[in-house]
Amino acid sequence: MLRDITIGQYVPGESVIHRLDPRTKILLTLIFIISLFIIVKFSGYIIAAAFLFGVIYLSRIPIKYTVKGLRGILIILLITILINMFMTPGRVLWSFLFLRITYEGLTQAVFMGLRLVFLIVGTSLLTLTTPPIIMTDGIEYLLKPFRPIGVPAHELAMMMTIALRFIPTLMEETDKIMKAQMARGADFESGNVLNRARSMVPLLVPLFINAFRRADELAIAMEARCYKGGEGRTRLHELKYSPKDYIAFFMTFVMVGLFIWNRYWVW
Amino acid sequence: MDNFFIKTKNLTYIYGKEKNSKPALKNIDVGIKKGEFVAILGENGSGKSTFARLLNALIIPTDGEVFIKGINTKDSTKVWDIRQTVGMVFQNPDNQLVATIVEDDVAFGPENLGIKPDEIRKRVDMALKAVDMYEYRFKEPHRLSGGQKQRVAIAGIIAMKPECIVLDEPTAMLDPLGRSEVMETIVRLNKEEGITIILITHFMEEAVLADRVIVMSKGEIKMDGTPKSVFSDVEKIRSYGLDVPQVTELSYLLRQDGINIPPDILTVDEMVDGLCQLK
Repeated sequence: MLRDITIGQYVPGESVIHRLDPRTKILLTLIFIISLFIIVKFSGYIIAAAFLFGVIYLSRIPIKYTVKGLRGILIILLITILINMFMTPGRVLWSFLFLRITYEGLTQAVFMGLRLVFLIVGTSLLTLTTPPIIMTDGIEYLLKPFRPIGVPAHELAMMMTIALRFIPTLMEETDKIMKAQMARGADFESGNVLNRARSMVPLLVPLFINAFRRADELAIAMEARCYKGGEGRTRLHELKYSPKDYIAFFMTFVMVGLFIWNRYWVW
Repeated sequence: MDNFFIKTKNLTYIYGKEKNSKPALKNIDVGIKKGEFVAILGENGSGKSTFARLLNALIIPTDGEVFIKGINTKDSTKVWDIRQTVGMVFQNPDNQLVATIVEDDVAFGPENLGIKPDEIRKRVDMALKAVDMYEYRFKEPHRLSGGQKQRVAIAGIIAMKPECIVLDEPTAMLDPLGRSEVMETIVRLNKEEGITIILITHFMEEAVLADRVIVMSKGEIKMDGTPKSVFSDVEKIRSYGLDVPQVTELSYLLRQDGINIPPDILTVDEMVDGLCQLK
């Protein structure tokens, strides 16, 4: 049933990683992504891989979920690797007609590939262990300092919350309208792409009209419950850093330290 | 101000800007006491929803005044006090829940009021227990039934500690089971917590539970009294496009056939009593 769709790719769990503050996870993911660019040697990637596997192990998320995200970027990954492999000048290892593979190209390709893979796996760990609604909270808190320069932190978060809240409702409604139209002989399945797209019009029109009506009613209901924007609003669940967040930060800084050490002092 | 909790004076409301368009409400003068359970009946377009929205300053009277605990709703500095005092529950439970988790939704009102987190926690638990939805606090609203969603919506209002709750056809979109769940909750809140209830409905069986019934038609109050006095005048009620509870109709028909039975029967039990006293 449409009702049972899960939003995002969150895998429920009780692990340390799941229970980290969302701000910690978002910030550390950013630090991890940026720090990947410090690495210039193969041994650096071993440190990164060890770190990543450590986090995956702690999160108790099956490895196959964490690499799922790679499927989406497979083509980009391939293109990156191929371009780097064939286009980098240097010592020629192998050539055929106009194609040449150089030593530098090969290493560059492997490094770029690894970097992309780590980047994707690292970010999917964030979304796999954080429910969208908690993520929204985290983003709101992190953006708050930028309010004075016009970043609508609270409004963005509220929009995301409402969107998350209404996705299942609208899905259900789509299902209902679709069945009602089908009962009256509408055909959503046959015909070419153009025909099928056209048959969506009688589905989308009532869906949109209803969505606007809902939005209107929701706005009135929110006002009736004293909603007046983010000013002066408190939260039931306030985000608080706990010792495990500090440990996570510490571990990540150790990792970044290792990357730097690896870049400048080790072969 | 007398000891009325809600008081309207010459209340008139016209939708739109043109002064000559037909008013949705005309010169309503009514007072509602604290702790009263008032049912407002009326056919579509009778102005009952408009009346409800005027009570918590969602709309401002075109003419005349509404006073909540002596505060005029036209006073724009007091809007949030008024909305906290008079909570409102709407017809469609789906379109008034904001959060993705039940307890977060109940917390929405108190959060808007800027209450401290541990106090919000207490209020959320209290409100969910009051509507008997405590064990569902971590559920997602879209997995609940209509009646359960509507009770969550009521909890969301209770958590703001209002003195009065206005319910605008809260059972119109529910199945019979959901309807009785919600009605039980409303009656309990009125009797046990002493919350003033204004229930807008078009189910006569629900109106019977109230202390007082107000019948509206074409933007005016036509009848106002106890359920017994209002429903015993079957012909008058019908002239406003409404119906009477089934047993009341039965007693009306029996009386027309010359059977001597009280005209103000509202429940099956009363009907049984009435019939047994016949010789």
